[in-house]
Amino acid sequence: MAITGVGITTPNVAPADPAQTATRRRHGLHRLLVNGKVTSGLVMLGVLTLIAVFGQALAPFDPSKRSSDILQSPSLKHWFGTTHIGQDIFSQVLVGTRSVMFVGFTAGLVATIIGVVIGVTSGYLSGSAAEGLSAISNVFIVIPALPLIIIITNVVPNSGDWTIALVIGFTSWAWGARLLRAQTLSLRRRDFVEAARATGESTWRIIGFEILPNLTAIIASSFIGTVMFAVATEIALAFVGISGISEWNWGEILFWAQGQQALPQGAWWWFVPVGLCIALLGTALSLVNFGIDEFVNPRLRASGQSTVKASDGSRVRMKVGFTPVLADPSRSKEIGI
Amino acid sequence: MTVTTEVVLAAEGLTKHFPVRKRGRELLSRTNHVVHAVDDVDLVLRRGWVTALVGESGSGKSTVARLLAQLYPRTSGDIRLHGESAAVSTARGGRRFREYSRKVQMIFQDPFASLNPVHTVRYHLTRALRIHGRAGKGKQELHSALAELLGRVQLTPAESYLDKYPHELSGGQRQRVAIARALAADPEALLADEPVSMLDVSIRLGVLNLLRNLKERLNLAILYITHDIASARYFADDTLVMYAGRMVEGGDSETVTQHPAHPYTRLLVDSAPDPDRITGSAQGLVQEEGVGEPPSLITPPDGCRFHPRCPFVMDKCRTALPPRFDVGDTETHWAACWLFEEAKA
Amino acid sequence: MSYFLRRLAFYVFTAWAALTINFFIPRLIPGDPVSALVNGMRGQIDPAQIQSLTVLFGLDKKQSMWEQYTSYLAQLARGDLGISFGNFPLPVSEVLTQALPWTLLLIGVTTVLSFLLGTLLGVFAGWWRGSWIDGLLPATTFLSSIPYFWLGLIAVALFTGVGSFLPASGGYEPGLVPGWSGEFIDSALRHSLLPAATIIVASVGGWLLAMRNMMVTVTAEDYITVAHAKGLSERRVMMNYAARNALLPSVSGFGMALGLVVGGTFLVEYVFSYPGIGLQMLDAIAKHDYPLIQGIFLVVTLAVLAANFLADLAYMALDPRTRKEG
Repeated sequence: MAITGVGITTPNVAPADPAQTATRRRHGLHRLLVNGKVTSGLVMLGVLTLIAVFGQALAPFDPSKRSSDILQSPSLKHWFGTTHIGQDIFSQVLVGTRSVMFVGFTAGLVATIIGVVIGVTSGYLSGSAAEGLSAISNVFIVIPALPLIIIITNVVPNSGDWTIALVIGFTSWAWGARLLRAQTLSLRRRDFVEAARATGESTWRIIGFEILPNLTAIIASSFIGTVMFAVATEIALAFVGISGISEWNWGEILFWAQGQQALPQGAWWWFVPVGLCIALLGTALSLVNFGIDEFVNPRLRASGQSTVKASDGSRVRMKVGFTPVLADPSRSKEIGI
Repeated sequence: MTVTTEVVLAAEGLTKHFPVRKRGRELLSRTNHVVHAVDDVDLVLRRGWVTALVGESGSGKSTVARLLAQLYPRTSGDIRLHGESAAVSTARGGRRFREYSRKVQMIFQDPFASLNPVHTVRYHLTRALRIHGRAGKGKQELHSALAELLGRVQLTPAESYLDKYPHELSGGQRQRVAIARALAADPEALLADEPVSMLDVSIRLGVLNLLRNLKERLNLAILYITHDIASARYFADDTLVMYAGRMVEGGDSETVTQHPAHPYTRLLVDSAPDPDRITGSAQGLVQEEGVGEPPSLITPPDGCRFHPRCPFVMDKCRTALPPRFDVGDTETHWAACWLFEEAKA
Repeated sequence: MSYFLRRLAFYVFTAWAALTINFFIPRLIPGDPVSALVNGMRGQIDPAQIQSLTVLFGLDKKQSMWEQYTSYLAQLARGDLGISFGNFPLPVSEVLTQALPWTLLLIGVTTVLSFLLGTLLGVFAGWWRGSWIDGLLPATTFLSSIPYFWLGLIAVALFTGVGSFLPASGGYEPGLVPGWSGEFIDSALRHSLLPAATIIVASVGGWLLAMRNMMVTVTAEDYITVAHAKGLSERRVMMNYAARNALLPSVSGFGMALGLVVGGTFLVEYVFSYPGIGLQMLDAIAKHDYPLIQGIFLVVTLAVLAANFLADLAYMALDPRTRKEG
């Protein structure tokens, strides 16, 4: 989890300029989108979403249809090659994207909503109810998720995409809840919350409109982290053969690959492209996550050049917290250095 | 000067004790420790008057302000708004609290921290107006209400400030927005918790003058909390001095700052640079004697809380808490110090 | 001291919660398959074993839920986890005792190694911003996005095969007798290299990133500048001042991350047919071996709790603020 110490950005104070227009309101969001990492990550996600929606139409072949092109390596006809019964792997990947994205994002949404409700409430309110909620979140964090999910999905009948998504969502909210609780606790003591109370705002309006907006970055980051976990988990579940997930979920492709001994037969195309797609989704999500991290904590932004050339040609290494001072050789004698 | 103006807010015997969480072995003991943040505080806020509350960090002055604003429930004592006692449960919120907050508003010390960084000035002020039912109907009335508010705190033209975020304003401007927000409720009493301490020195005067201006035009009662006794003299009509949660001296500002009675006040005045008194104290307060730190509020010293640091300490001071004694001829200047106990003639 | 007691109380509470979850799960299975299986085996297992299964799965409908719960707890206290259906007639505890050491060794060693490696690289990445180490970041992030088991599959494809040094599956050469002989240990080590490497490569990225971010935040603090100004060597400031403080969140996150590592390790064991608990569990699921599934979940959860507790103790040793009394 790449969640770092989060603080509200404290930028420099600019004197009021009467010429500024109201578009300043979008200033913050604009800065976020301009960040290269976030943009590239979002573009990749966008492409994958399109595939998820239109996969079935885009696929050149029916993924379940057998053919006589058995275990062929990638060619112009079959971009990712074929399976042991002649199915086109590329089509399988395209069609399976929907299941992967759906389960991942739904689980992420469910988990984030639960996490926000429990985390922020237990952070803002005090008393035994809040302590109880906090204890429950801690319990869920510590209990290892994957074994629990495997057991539950096995036990529940008629699992489909929705069930899997819900099960994952209901077991992985705790991490975000704990993070939000810690942040809410520290925000609660800030003056503007007391000022809002003094103005007469009701508790629910304070939680919803004063505290939550300050938590958007963490919530977004937590959402993405949960989606990553959900995607990895659902693919793992399909891989080990938990039935019920939609056809051609990427994990299922790998399941067949493993079951048909693709490796010993040298049919690398059966699982390599799938893995790369998984990595693509994961990387896209990570990039967006990094972007959010850097937006919130400006110190994390890439420092660019670390070694600069001074005007006299000497190289100086830049370090955080240091102002390099160069001795001016022409004046050294004067100063006595 | 004895002016009987209307009393807006009065506190009598105001006390606040914060419970201390037990740790470790203490879990087994029965005694509950408390922080005696505020003990037995009396004060009165009148229309058109500024009352200063002076003390160092940890003296309890901020707590007094929050108690008066009903942000915490008091442990004991009475708070009377226009003569009517405010119930302890007012602090819990709800309708009673909203009605109270319509009359009593607060300004905080840190102008940046007291404004929500994700909301514009427009949002802050609109919320304040709406909660107290002064937003009018429709966009036009709201806009003129906002413009009027900003005009009162001298942030004009309003359009150039309404859509700004707090980080885009300077310290002085933020504090003016905070004052405007407090004024949105059309209050009668304003509790200013160190309103200029975090501003640049050159801006402080401007904000204080604004407050004085508002007091006169709107006939407000202002509680001015500060650690700087010199500004109390300039800005306030009455001055009260607090130490370790208790009040130790009170009276009109000129007398208290020019002729401080209580040893602690004398210490404060001597440590404030004042061009009128460059040649040093004529009362012979030895400089080295004033050192020391404020006591622990969990186990405050017996008797007078200042006795460990007092250069004039007597045996009586260590055991008995001094009541208020009149100082000098005026009836308004008092000090809680055994030095001033005299047999009444 | 109070920190220690609070954490202990928390773990006891969580262990109880895990036991209770374990109690309820089989009772959620619709259609009562366990009864069917037990009835089918009635001739082959003795009454004591039937009794233990009854307690575990609540087969006796005449008992109230509370009575079932108390008998369940009592039985667990005796260490009786029932009979494994798939490995009949072995009791579950015996199956676990055989499999547990392999997993413990694998997870234990790999987690510690990847934590150390990742954290150390993270220290350097955070200290020397903009150096070549920053280039590692995208690479390790990419690797972390790949599921553990896929990496395992690739590793098998690339590095094993006829005549190669590294074996493709198993914990040791089939045919060798497990014991402390040199030959066995050598075989076991060779068989664990690839699984271990897979886990380390996949998880190092997470530690690296977390440590790097903390280092960046810590380096900007004033006390680091003071340390430099005092004239201390760069290495000393980097390690004893910056890294020491930046380490704290990683240590406290160690325990939580362990849950994820456990999940990933299960999958790696599956891919390599490594005879640990993960493989047992996935096998058990395929065979509907409910007693074994329950037993594994319980043991794994308790083990993770114990590891968390140890991590908390380490945190206590590192952060003096937790030792402050009162």
